[in-house]
Amino acid sequence: MLQVTDLTKYYNGQPVFSGFDLHLPAGRFQVLLGPSGCGKTTLFNTLTGVTPKDAGTITWQGEPVPHLGDLCAYMHQKDLLLPWFSLMDNALLPVRTRGGDMAAAQDRAGQLFLRLGLGGYESHRPDQVSGGMRQRCALVRTLMFNRDLILLDEPLSALDAITRQRHQHLLLLLQTEFGKTILMITHDVDEALLLADDIFLLTPMPMAIFRRFSPEPAKPRAFDDPKLLHTKAGILDHLEKGGVS
Amino acid sequence: MNRAGFSAAALVCLLLGIWEGAVRIWEVPVFILPPPSQIGWTATVKAPLILPHAGVTGAEICLGVLFALATAVPLAVAMFAKPVLEKALSPFLVASQAIPVFALAPLLVIWLGYGIASKVFMAWIIIFFPITVSLLQGLKSCDPEYRTLFTLMGSPFFKTLALLYWPWALPQFFAGLRVGVSVATIGAVIGEWVGAQQGLGFLMIQSNARLQTPLVFAAILWLAAMGLFLWALVGMLEKKIITWKS
Ligand SMILES: Nc1ncnc2c1ncn2[C@@H]1O[C@H](COP(=O)(O)OP(=O)(O)OP(=O)(O)O)[C@@H](O)[C@H]1O
Ligand SMILES: [Mg+2]
Repeated sequence: MLQVTDLTKYYNGQPVFSGFDLHLPAGRFQVLLGPSGCGKTTLFNTLTGVTPKDAGTITWQGEPVPHLGDLCAYMHQKDLLLPWFSLMDNALLPVRTRGGDMAAAQDRAGQLFLRLGLGGYESHRPDQVSGGMRQRCALVRTLMFNRDLILLDEPLSALDAITRQRHQHLLLLLQTEFGKTILMITHDVDEALLLADDIFLLTPMPMAIFRRFSPEPAKPRAFDDPKLLHTKAGILDHLEKGGVS
Repeated sequence: MNRAGFSAAALVCLLLGIWEGAVRIWEVPVFILPPPSQIGWTATVKAPLILPHAGVTGAEICLGVLFALATAVPLAVAMFAKPVLEKALSPFLVASQAIPVFALAPLLVIWLGYGIASKVFMAWIIIFFPITVSLLQGLKSCDPEYRTLFTLMGSPFFKTLALLYWPWALPQFFAGLRVGVSVATIGAVIGEWVGAQQGLGFLMIQSNARLQTPLVFAAILWLAAMGLFLWALVGMLEKKIITWKS
């Protein structure tokens, strides 16, 4: 579905990544796990055309495209909700900016609010709800893009550990219930193990994939699944060797 | 009343007390410096005389504010949308502020006449600048991550302006507007000094010439009150519109 070949990006003459390859089949949940500052966000920015790529090709469903800007939904680490709008208006933003059937969009957003436990909070402002709820609202907004591919850049890292655990299964819904194809960045090994079909370990800059793990247990997974723990041991071992903190 | 308000009121009372006492002890002639009590008295009993003048000056200021808004907002938006325009125009904007309005006033009266137009124009020149500059700053201060979000949503410029940039810039816009209305009185009064038949500035010049010093001070008092009122009005408007916490 998504094929990235030889993608290259330089900042100030330094390669952030050079000759980066990635293959993401439809419906799969892939996770990039790498150290801070290795270039993960830069990769997403390059893929979406926020910053221009220096070389490489991006192929989407067999067609080469300049970038994925209008093919994917991109969810940032920060919720990026507008403080002057209600949660509902925030969720409807992708429809409002591009135009479309507002009534239908409102219906759909209303259903998503219920599904993600935001029912009754539609008219609250972002500063009136918790960080977890804001992030869920950002998730609804991401779904309202109505795109098959979703890029998640550390979507839960702004949350405290407990809230974070409670929200991990919601990310799984993106794949299981909404049928999205997902590429996610995270620092959290357990989160990766819980959600991913494939986990790619990354080297520090220049960023490259140096090892791939595909945890076996069927989802939803339990933290204490022996097979999962085995994979975890393997990942931790490689992270240490890869000079990754 | 809160603590800060109380201390401010106490300070004002103290200063007025010292003024009143000093004038009475040293028997300063009224035409040099009238005591505050007499100024207050004059401002009240001469209200029927002052009010029409205050109305004219108020109208000049309000028209000046309206014209300033009608020009500053589109200009700031245009300079924000096209950085080339900002580069080209900012020297002129700054230069316009470097010219003392006092120097322009006689010319404006020649060009626009003794009527209200020259005063409105003076007020406009003075208010225009702080609104343009602070609105432009506000628009430019928008977080780039939010911009990226809107770019990825494929939002056209004017939609992004309405949904993101404008609300983002509102606090700074109001800050500029507040500065604008509080200095607007200067423009109007200078215009009136140079040539007018009515307005608080005209009243001040006329009373001054006749050594009616209490009336001069009473006019100043009214002027200050009008400035304060406009300032508070903008503050109220701001509170009503900006209901969110950023
Ligand atoms: N606009 C930019 N100009 C120049 N250098 C940049 C720019 N943005 C990022 N960098 C540099 O590129 C490198 C990779 O940054 P990036 O934000 O992609 O890392 P990351 O893997 O997402 O880190 P984190 O895990 O902390 O989010 C860093 O060294 C950073 O300083
Ligand atoms: Mg990052």
